[in-house]
Amino acid sequence: MPTEILMPALSPTMEEGKLAKWTVKEGDEVAAGDVIAEIETDKATMEVEAVDEGTIGKILVGEGTDAVKVNTPIALLLTEGEDEGDLKKAESAKTEKTKSNGAAHPEADERPKAEPTAKSLEPDTEKLGKADGPVSVLVAMDKAEPPEDPEVPEGTEFEEQTVREALRDAMAEEMRRDGDVLVMGEEVAEYQGAYKVTQGLLEEFSARRVIDTPITEHGFAGLGVGAAFAGLKPIVEFMTFNFAMQAMDQIINSAAKTLYMAGGQMGCPIVFRGPNGAAARVAAQHSQDYAGWYSHVPGLKVIQPHTAADAKGLLKAAIRDPNPVIFLENEILYGQSFPVPKLDDFVLPIGKAKIARKGSDATIVSFGIGMTHALKAAEALAEEGIDCEVIDLRTLRPMDIDSVIASVKKTGRCVTVEEGWPQNSVGSWIASQLMVKAFDYLDAPVLSVTGKDVPMPYAANLEKLALPNPTEVVEAVKTVSYAK
Amino acid sequence: MAEAKTPSKGRGGRSTTRSGAGSSSRTSRKTAANKTRSAAAKAEKPATETAEKSAFDPIVFSKDEDLKAYREMLLVRRFEEKAGQLYGMGLIGGFCHLYIGQEAVVVGVQLSLKEGDQVTTTYRDHGHMLATGMEPRGVMAELTGRRSGYSHGKGGSMHMFSREKNFFGGHGIVGASVPIGTGLAFANRYRENDCVSVTYFGDGAANQGQVYESFNMAKLWHLPVIYVIENNQYGMGTSVARASATTELCKRGQSFDIPGHQVDGMDVRAVKAAADFATEHARSGKGPMILEMLTYRYRGHSMSDPAKYRSKEEVQKMRTEHDAIEQVKQRLLSDHKLSEDEVKEIDKEIRSVVNDAAEFAQNDPEPDPSELWTDIYVEA
Repeated sequence: MPTEILMPALSPTMEEGKLAKWTVKEGDEVAAGDVIAEIETDKATMEVEAVDEGTIGKILVGEGTDAVKVNTPIALLLTEGEDEGDLKKAESAKTEKTKSNGAAHPEADERPKAEPTAKSLEPDTEKLGKADGPVSVLVAMDKAEPPEDPEVPEGTEFEEQTVREALRDAMAEEMRRDGDVLVMGEEVAEYQGAYKVTQGLLEEFSARRVIDTPITEHGFAGLGVGAAFAGLKPIVEFMTFNFAMQAMDQIINSAAKTLYMAGGQMGCPIVFRGPNGAAARVAAQHSQDYAGWYSHVPGLKVIQPHTAADAKGLLKAAIRDPNPVIFLENEILYGQSFPVPKLDDFVLPIGKAKIARKGSDATIVSFGIGMTHALKAAEALAEEGIDCEVIDLRTLRPMDIDSVIASVKKTGRCVTVEEGWPQNSVGSWIASQLMVKAFDYLDAPVLSVTGKDVPMPYAANLEKLALPNPTEVVEAVKTVSYAK
Repeated sequence: MAEAKTPSKGRGGRSTTRSGAGSSSRTSRKTAANKTRSAAAKAEKPATETAEKSAFDPIVFSKDEDLKAYREMLLVRRFEEKAGQLYGMGLIGGFCHLYIGQEAVVVGVQLSLKEGDQVTTTYRDHGHMLATGMEPRGVMAELTGRRSGYSHGKGGSMHMFSREKNFFGGHGIVGASVPIGTGLAFANRYRENDCVSVTYFGDGAANQGQVYESFNMAKLWHLPVIYVIENNQYGMGTSVARASATTELCKRGQSFDIPGHQVDGMDVRAVKAAADFATEHARSGKGPMILEMLTYRYRGHSMSDPAKYRSKEEVQKMRTEHDAIEQVKQRLLSDHKLSEDEVKEIDKEIRSVVNDAAEFAQNDPEPDPSELWTDIYVEA
């Protein structure tokens, strides 16, 4: 059978085009790569090359024809050993085919068509209120319920540690445990860390595993990703996550998406960590909270701890996790002390929230330094007779929304607290989830206390105004409690 | 649909024409070699000059080497032609960047690699995958978005990987594969093995900031990485001269003291020689090296590029006078005394491999809908 030369699609969206010109005529010999025709699309004029060698047997669509549909046969190519007799056979076969199928090219009709969407937009009352509503479904990271925190055996000693020390211990313990774990970043080695989080690591693990990088976030983040593809387990420290915006392409496009794009072949066991959010008086380019940004991205896990114990247990878990993990710390919290259990191997589950304070009247949900405001507010409210339950999310992706829902089913009210900006914040996601999954339990709209919708100002008074504070949380809880 | 048939009689006449052009291609090869030498002389310290010159002397290929090079390059070309055809039929979607014209680069470099060496590249990646030994069926099925594709249909033309063959992508963002390839070299050094990472990118990517961040770290830490700049003269539609303040891309490592060499990327023997030299350099702990391969893509940037930024004559000249595959074919016929029929037999064999891949890729089912939700996280 002669080979049909079809009207080609020359762009991802082309459906038809004009056959502007034939540069060959019937009887011409062609080789692969020879230009045979010119086709005009709405965007450009393109040349069509022969993909096979042979003789142009018959031109089926004359030049100048408009609106030739993609995949329409435009010519017949005779290959070795074929002659005009084969053309006639092809012609009659085509007629047969048209008769029996009603179309010369039934496969063109088999292309997926957009289904009418009206049906799927109708509310499914059955599904509303169930765990996964029809609105937004997140990828299930763990098939089972997130595990509970490991029991701390009775009689375990606790020691007061700063968050800074807890983070260092977590890294040191994991580096002792696994020779593939290494730390790299600006000033992590000889300077002992810009915020002294990596203090002492160079001495113990040598410059082979504790690596000072040039001030080139995009480059060293990408280098870390490559090393992780090769099976190493880099901990990449950003001096602050504000500088990680330079590396955003490598974090999202390379670290987060490659496993999927590779059909599961290319895991990226890497931790990106460093201080995030506002410190004090460092203004707009050094004060942003990236919780909302990173927790938006499938493929990443995102942790933002508050206490030293959580920082330690979760950083150890992050280093062991085979996925890319964003570990958001806070400069102000680095120096704060918390009790940390003295255990040989204290690892906490990623994806599990913690009830930081039990209560029954309203739920306050926060994470990271927001917990400071949440807990202070809860204390103040308790004095006024409002008993708040405070939930520390600890992990933002996968988010333990079930713990929040369970609490809200009890209290009927919810306030979220974070330093980031309001639009598309973590709080707005929680609010939407509660509306879908706990609508009937809510006695008031969910309120979000966030950083103000402005770049962070420098002046002390303005900075204070821009950040959330316990008073705002108290006000919000009173509002949802109709207690004003 | 359009089944490719066995090679036809039309071929012989054209071959003769091309063999006539073959002699002029030899002349130009010499010119290119001279040019590279002078570039290298300027770039390099005198002490190392002698050693580096040897990288440019065309090495003699044995019959087996030429046969291997011919097969591999022909496989890439026929595969890409078929991919272009399937794209035209709407069976391949999205963007599709063909490697036609540049075959000698990846095939020549691959000839000097050993087990364990890693390869990364940008989105013009089909040739690299075939050269590293990935299955034509799996690559083609990924192009058609089917379940047996290397990424189960979730990566497509620009994002494919093979752990088994140490092919680390297939990256869609211009320049992004360069730090990643450098990181693979970092892992080699960390593990103290003697593997090298070959990091390919184009003349367009050579102006990217992260490339220089990578150069800096690679030299600072003596990483075993070879940066192969495939200079096909156009970053999409913009010629090198219109996009680059300096156009001798082999010199882009100068401020980091990374040696760089220009290579006739249309001559697989010159490519192999340069790659031998660079891999030896990297393996012996001397750190990174840049190889600028002067090459040419015959097709547009992607399937939807009409390539109006260059003349037909320019393309035709490269095709007829410098074609990498024709050069080897002529050697097979004249130096190695293969008959026309023996060469045709190889062509036929390659065609059948490609047709089989295309057939497979059209009949393989689409991914199961459940694939939508898999491979987002590795289960801990």
